[in-house]
Amino acid sequence: MKKLGILPRIYLAAVFVILYAPIFYLIYYSFNSGGGMSNFESFTLEHYEAVFQDTRLLIIVLNTLIIALLSGLLSTTIGVIGALAIYFMKNKSARQTVLSLNNILIVSPDVIIGASFLILFTLIGVKLGFASVLISHIAFSIPIVVIMVLPKLLEMSTTLIDAALDLGASRKDILTRVILPYIKPGIFAGFFLALTYSLDDFAVTFFVTGNGFSTLSVEIYSMARTGITLTINALSGLIFILTMVLVLGYYIIGNKAKSPQGVKK
Amino acid sequence: MRNKNPLRFIYATPYAAWLLLFVLAPIAVIVYYSFFDLSGHLTLANYRNFFTSIYFKLTMSSFWYAFLITFFALLISYPTAYFLTKTKHKQLWLLLIIIPSWINLLLKTYAFIGLMGKYGPINAFLEAIGIGNQQILFTDFSFVFVSVYIFIPFMILPIFNSLDKINPTLLDASKDLGANAWITFKRVVWPMTTDGVKSGVQVVFIPALSLFMITRLIAGNKVITLGTAIEQQFLVTQNWGMGSTIAVFLIIFMFLIMVLTSGKKGGIIK
Repeated sequence: MKKLGILPRIYLAAVFVILYAPIFYLIYYSFNSGGGMSNFESFTLEHYEAVFQDTRLLIIVLNTLIIALLSGLLSTTIGVIGALAIYFMKNKSARQTVLSLNNILIVSPDVIIGASFLILFTLIGVKLGFASVLISHIAFSIPIVVIMVLPKLLEMSTTLIDAALDLGASRKDILTRVILPYIKPGIFAGFFLALTYSLDDFAVTFFVTGNGFSTLSVEIYSMARTGITLTINALSGLIFILTMVLVLGYYIIGNKAKSPQGVKK
Repeated sequence: MRNKNPLRFIYATPYAAWLLLFVLAPIAVIVYYSFFDLSGHLTLANYRNFFTSIYFKLTMSSFWYAFLITFFALLISYPTAYFLTKTKHKQLWLLLIIIPSWINLLLKTYAFIGLMGKYGPINAFLEAIGIGNQQILFTDFSFVFVSVYIFIPFMILPIFNSLDKINPTLLDASKDLGANAWITFKRVVWPMTTDGVKSGVQVVFIPALSLFMITRLIAGNKVITLGTAIEQQFLVTQNWGMGSTIAVFLIIFMFLIMVLTSGKKGGIIK
């Protein structure tokens, strides 16, 4: 293959610079002892200290993490069940219908999901707050898990199940000792994706959260609306590190998911 | 084939309940609420309202901005994806492109408040090269720029995937048959990547219609999209009926765009 010319290299470099500039800009100013994001006075860690001393903020971070973990676990469980149900569906058109329904929440704009869930929760009397946010996050993560798990199921040879049946495995055995181990990489990928969707979500949470409950995104939004505080910068530095850890984890799992099958593109 | 079935119904219950409660019911309640006015009377007024000048103009401008955002995102992403496929370690570079999209959206948007602010680095740069201080924040430009920034990774990914699948021998064949670079691109590369472009357009255009936090933070309420209007109606004005009506139209647009951009393979899944 031809080597990249000088212009394409410059172009790619420019794209990378632009993509990363805002992130590093935020982190850079998180060490600024001055009050704003325009002139750097001197190095300080006071904003990081402020993050760790702000109990309210820490509770919000904790809420965000709890919501992400719980919704990740529950949506993965339901999503795997859903993928299995779709996999075992005999009727082609029914399967297609369920798949399209599954995809609706993926393509729906967040605003629509948020608004419709808000009406729904009000109608059935779910109090806005922790419960409504958790349920919404589970709801919008399920289709993602299904999308991640289903290809793994479809890739699995059906002879594996037949062989297990021939060898006298019970249905429970087939599930726990044949199917689940096989689709495990898909399950983990789905879980990680659900986790990041939940951590990242703003619009849906913004609609279904009540007055007393807040997640990080919603909190950053209201902080940003009132003006610049470097506490957000320090927080973003911390989030960046957490994100990198998650991405790395996801990447390693993704690679593991590919390698055992030896499928090369 | 009965032997695989018995467990199915137990399996399916929570998933089916989810489909019913969180996919079908939300659409139903949105449509239902769109027929009610503020005082709870059944009415078609919201729909009549929607077609009056303000909302029609709003829809048009929302489409225009979504179009601009999609257009520029595509313009930047296609060459990026193309060059990426030519690099060594392309998967690693792709990952590096994707990483910024994992950083919380609000944080990146917030960063632009500083970057584009009156005393921010962009203005400092403009000052240095003699253009002088400009009002960047709270303009159409800043809104489109930040939105494009947010969506670029989502556009690059599908295009990269479809470019990556092209068999290089096809390009050699095209060259051997005497086609120049442009003809090869137009007749070979582009047709083979339209599916990627379509799904890229799909994942950018629909969310671009409904952005609302970027309009609030960056465009200073000067730009109003369908998303902003819905948020306004639901959370500020508390007029759920009108909000639902706008949402109904947004859903209709969403389906139209999905139909228009769905490739032969059905787009989303693959």
